[in-house]
Amino acid sequence: MLDLSSNPGLRIELAALAARHPAAASDAPAALKSLTLAVAAGEQVAVIGPSGAGKTTLLQAIACALRPAAGRLLLDGEDPWSLPVARLQHLRGRLFLAPQTPPLPPRQRTVTSLLAARLPRQSLWTSLRSLVYPLGIDEAHEALQRFDLAEKLWSRVDRLSGGERQRVGLARALVAPAGLWLIDEPLSALDPTRAAMAIDTLTGAARERGVTLLATLHQVDVAVARFPRIIGLREGKLAFDLPASEVTRDHLLRLYAQHEHELAGAPPPGTDDRPPPPMIVCR
Amino acid sequence: MAPATPHPALRDPAWSGRLFWALTGAALLVPMLWATEFRPWILFEPASLRSSLRFIAEFFPPKGGREFLALIAYESWRTVAIATCGMALALLLAIPLTLAATAVLSVSALPGRMNALPFVLRQAVRWLLIVLRSVPELVWALVFVRVVGLGPTAGVLAIALTYSGMLGKVYAEVLESGENHATIALLRNGSGRLQAFFYGVLPTNAAELTSYTIYRWECAIRSSAVLGFVGAGGLGQQLITSLKMFNGAEVSTILLVFVVLVGVADWTSAKLRQVLA
Repeated sequence: MLDLSSNPGLRIELAALAARHPAAASDAPAALKSLTLAVAAGEQVAVIGPSGAGKTTLLQAIACALRPAAGRLLLDGEDPWSLPVARLQHLRGRLFLAPQTPPLPPRQRTVTSLLAARLPRQSLWTSLRSLVYPLGIDEAHEALQRFDLAEKLWSRVDRLSGGERQRVGLARALVAPAGLWLIDEPLSALDPTRAAMAIDTLTGAARERGVTLLATLHQVDVAVARFPRIIGLREGKLAFDLPASEVTRDHLLRLYAQHEHELAGAPPPGTDDRPPPPMIVCR
Repeated sequence: MAPATPHPALRDPAWSGRLFWALTGAALLVPMLWATEFRPWILFEPASLRSSLRFIAEFFPPKGGREFLALIAYESWRTVAIATCGMALALLLAIPLTLAATAVLSVSALPGRMNALPFVLRQAVRWLLIVLRSVPELVWALVFVRVVGLGPTAGVLAIALTYSGMLGKVYAEVLESGENHATIALLRNGSGRLQAFFYGVLPTNAAELTSYTIYRWECAIRSSAVLGFVGAGGLGQQLITSLKMFNGAEVSTILLVFVVLVGVADWTSAKLRQVLA
């Protein structure tokens, strides 16, 4: 079942790291500008800041989904971008990036979507067998149960509501063989009760396993209440990096200056970066 | 009253480009019409009307008779077999080529640009696909008739080669233009390419791929008719014999069978898409 010893938390170090989105022009201002910070193995950190502050870019850079434009990223003391592609891909198997929009193929069943998170430690043969008859049903069931979704195990993903889909996306982390969870806006589609439950499940499971957890959050109150350490990002720069107990209202007001409506609650419509809508192919 | 010329900021900036490309398209079409000696009014001259009507009149009634229908049934079965075997072989070739050609499954392209070596390999596979499909199946059939002799085998091999080129190209394009959020997430989290294919690409694109494959199967049925003309067996061989003997009644029976076969393919596609939707 859950093998705790195989998931030692990953250590993160960023040294003057700059990154820009691959679609951006090479002379466009970088989304992250010279960021230096370190996260110890097993630590839990919330990243907050107004829209466009570079929160998602930071997660993607740490997940090796974006090559740094300048500076260095070290994961467990190793520079992933100095590794050959095969070893880099192996390292990617040790981290779990959950994008804000859960990446679930609509026609897939929940059980398969969840078990897809186990692929990095499975052989191709095993993963094909798992498509014929799912392997690890109990593990998937347990992960869903922790997000109060156990009855959706055999449902198709496109029959789930937006909030249910988001929780399935989070439950994937519990199934993944990862030592670092990078979770982008885990609560954006959840009501307050569900949000509290989801964040408790995530932080609790990460603590049990010693997994390092980095989550971006729009809900500042949740971040301060549930995470021991808060990183404030503004315009791609580090605004503050403090234990949650030392974050004052003043810090938050300065972080969200000109974006006060986000501090109050809901993000403004149309500012979150969703993937482009699916295209229809006609031939 | 609104002013005749709106404020510059309110004018559609895409308009002049659209107009330019529409006119360019029209200008390119005209020399092509010349090149094809396109004179449709000839169709309606009395002499040509008479001869075509005479030919069509021979189509009625379609030929029946137990013996002929049994022969046609047997040849239709062979035609379906040629198309199906040809498609099966084409799929065997096309699927690995698609996996090699599509950029969606590139691990090195994840952070932005693809590495040089995988890029060159993908381009090489694309060129192989171009070569496979640019040789018409008729030419392949003529080649194989010389190698394996008259009969359906030549048709099967000809369809397999040309269609693998078409399938590989379109599959790769369907995958690249489709939604690939799930696939990228799997690759970013360390899955292998084939694992990402089976858990991300396939469930996302299954309906699109199936309907295109069945459409190609339908095309293969039609094209096996043409292949029959050069001796590659099936309904086509029967069709060319009847045409050469100006036996309109036989021709119309065979054409009716084609209509039925294409209808069946259409129905199958609709049903399968319902299942996969």
